[in-house]
Amino acid sequence: MSGWVMKGLATGVVTTHYPRKMEEAPGVSPGLPRATHPGEDADVAVVSACPTGALREADGRVMVERGRCIHCFRCLRDVAKPMPWEKGFEWATIRDDAAYVPRAFQHAVYIRVIDAGDCGACLNEIKLLNSPYYNMHRLGFFITPTPRKADILLAVGPVTDHMKVALQKTYDAMPTPKRVMAIGACAVSGGVFGPSFVAGAGIADVLPVDMNIPGCPPPPLAILHGLLVLAGRKDAACVPGELHGTAGHAESVRQ
Amino acid sequence: MSHSEHSRTIRPAPDGSDLMSQVQAMFPDAIEGVVHTGKDGLEIQCRCEALPRVCDWLFNQKKFYFAGLIVEEYPDRWHLFYLFTGPGILLVKTDAPLEDVTFPSISEAVHAADWHEREAEDLYGLTFEGHPLLGNFILHDDAWQEGVAPMRKDFDQEAALANRLPNCEWRPRRTLTAPGAFIMPVGPVFAGEAESVYFQMETVGEEIIRIFPRLFFKYRGMEKLAEGCAIDEALLLAERFAGNTAFAHVLAFCLAVEQLADMEVPRRARLLRIFFAELERLRHHLGVIAGICNSTGLAVAASQVAILEEEVLRLSGALAGHRYLFGLAIPGGLSRDVEDQACREAIIRVSDIIRRLDGIKHTLINTSSFLDRLEEVGMITRDQARGFGLAGPVARASDYCNDLRQIQPYSGYASLDFGLACETEGDGYARLRVFLAEAGQSAYIMEQVIVTLPRGAVSAPCKTVPGQALAGVETPCGAAWHWLRLDDHGILARYHLLTPSFANWHGFHLAVEHFAFQDFPIILATFGLSVAESDR
Repeated sequence: MSGWVMKGLATGVVTTHYPRKMEEAPGVSPGLPRATHPGEDADVAVVSACPTGALREADGRVMVERGRCIHCFRCLRDVAKPMPWEKGFEWATIRDDAAYVPRAFQHAVYIRVIDAGDCGACLNEIKLLNSPYYNMHRLGFFITPTPRKADILLAVGPVTDHMKVALQKTYDAMPTPKRVMAIGACAVSGGVFGPSFVAGAGIADVLPVDMNIPGCPPPPLAILHGLLVLAGRKDAACVPGELHGTAGHAESVRQ
Repeated sequence: MSHSEHSRTIRPAPDGSDLMSQVQAMFPDAIEGVVHTGKDGLEIQCRCEALPRVCDWLFNQKKFYFAGLIVEEYPDRWHLFYLFTGPGILLVKTDAPLEDVTFPSISEAVHAADWHEREAEDLYGLTFEGHPLLGNFILHDDAWQEGVAPMRKDFDQEAALANRLPNCEWRPRRTLTAPGAFIMPVGPVFAGEAESVYFQMETVGEEIIRIFPRLFFKYRGMEKLAEGCAIDEALLLAERFAGNTAFAHVLAFCLAVEQLADMEVPRRARLLRIFFAELERLRHHLGVIAGICNSTGLAVAASQVAILEEEVLRLSGALAGHRYLFGLAIPGGLSRDVEDQACREAIIRVSDIIRRLDGIKHTLINTSSFLDRLEEVGMITRDQARGFGLAGPVARASDYCNDLRQIQPYSGYASLDFGLACETEGDGYARLRVFLAEAGQSAYIMEQVIVTLPRGAVSAPCKTVPGQALAGVETPCGAAWHWLRLDDHGILARYHLLTPSFANWHGFHLAVEHFAFQDFPIILATFGLSVAESDR
């Protein structure tokens, strides 16, 4: 067994410096298209290349609804004038009345993950939050198997009909104050699978969503950013030209 | 698949004789015709009532692998295709008028067909005479009315369904009756970041006597959603229904479209596709190995492997623009090129990852507390693997080797040199060794690809040609088959997937039964199963 101790020590620390410093290693994030600025030379024809309606034209600008972007890169590759592309990962947006940070969130925060029809990629990125490169434990975030102990519900997938009841029950089993995070394009807007005859248009169909994290899948750092925002330790994304269409926060009010 | 008029020689059947004449001699009254399809495909038109006999013979005598059942609904007729693979591709086809929804079940002789028939019953409303258990499979009774068949062409996706039958809590048909026997339910929401699936385990104490996995909580109906889509829309579904094996599945989709167009993909694109497919396999296997270490509570090892997994993800992100290789494969090639220099640097990093994995492996196989949890735990025999049609590393750990990269090479695998990772014990440790060996093998294949990578374009125009095509790809979880039919306007009329996880979930209970509760998460981890891939 001592072999493992030595191996662990010899590896050293690989953990990212985020949130103290921005992480800029290549491959940590696929990036997202950025809305064009007023007056910026833009080709609105690129809008038709988007298969999910994430791009829209307004006053000669190309606007982006990030919650619908699935990283198909069709507005970047093989088009006459590609969309400007933004690296980075601080994408989390928060519902205004959820910006208040309850006292319970100032200590260790417990997270329950629920899969409501995910393809596995979002779940894998969540799994990696626990791996040495991201190590969310150092920031006081822990995954718990029981909703009774959970403060935050990390929900992925478009919500299949078969998972609706389980999702609702899991939410109901959590004590207040609680927050719901919709992780990934499916959970935010239904993605490529919803709404359909067998799935909804995201978590907001069933639960009051406090936070949306776009991306298909959002990289671990994007999820970490969202957690830090909910704990009041980072600011939410404020994106000029960001659209909030049907894929937005639930209107319903928390009980 | 284009029907060729003149017969070409197919690769010989296992005993070296010509299967075509054999099958006609064996079943003179049952076989209505045999045609060659594609390069080494054979399509046998079989009378409906003789199906069980013919399939029995192919599966049990000729030792073909049963890959799945494909249902096609035409305006006036059903076409059913039973896919057998082995040497070549063998489709046993039968048809019936549309109002005739009863077919004989083949699953008594070909147990691997069991779940495929249940799926066809649920989604198409077909009945398989002789099948012991139909219904409440993909469409859960607590969310769907009886008699609704969503894959039928006349199913109205917009119509509101009267959901939720009262009092239909799911239970297995038989439950254990013994003093002290009880049922342990697990799921669909359980443990950490697990995918949604429900297990009902029956026990009288320590030992799991029976286990029933209930799947399809994540049924997203992607095959139905694909119907009516153009190719570039359906591509998104093919890519995103199973994120951990996305590239392999989108590759199978592209191969099917290219097969219809009868086009040649540029050699650089074919080799780069292999490069990325192997990079994905490496990442998938690292994830499974980390999961196995984690399930045994070996935290340092799990962390060490997770470091490697993240490094492969970052490498994928840097090379392809996306950590899970989304948006990379398109019909005709790849959506972007990769510089030779970047590939060479990637190989250096992959070699370094494999070197470190070897170090971890060395320490693992010297950690007796770890091996105790894996050895002789979760056994699958070769006969069980064959009978249930298991696929991929799980089958190969039970000495049942059916790697499509070798037996049906695609995209240029035929020109590469690599062995098969095969083990004989069929226990958890054998599965771990297969995953470890295949990770190393993937790196070796990537090296070969980069050495021979020619210059040139990475895509060629791909026409949309109507017809039906079947393409197979060895995904990280095993062999997957994509069946595609395009109508005259180039719109998908049918898309069906035969996925390895579907097959492996079918046989999963074999490994768990008669082992203790605390072995269950370990056996689950050694299977490397994907629920998303099975549920579609």
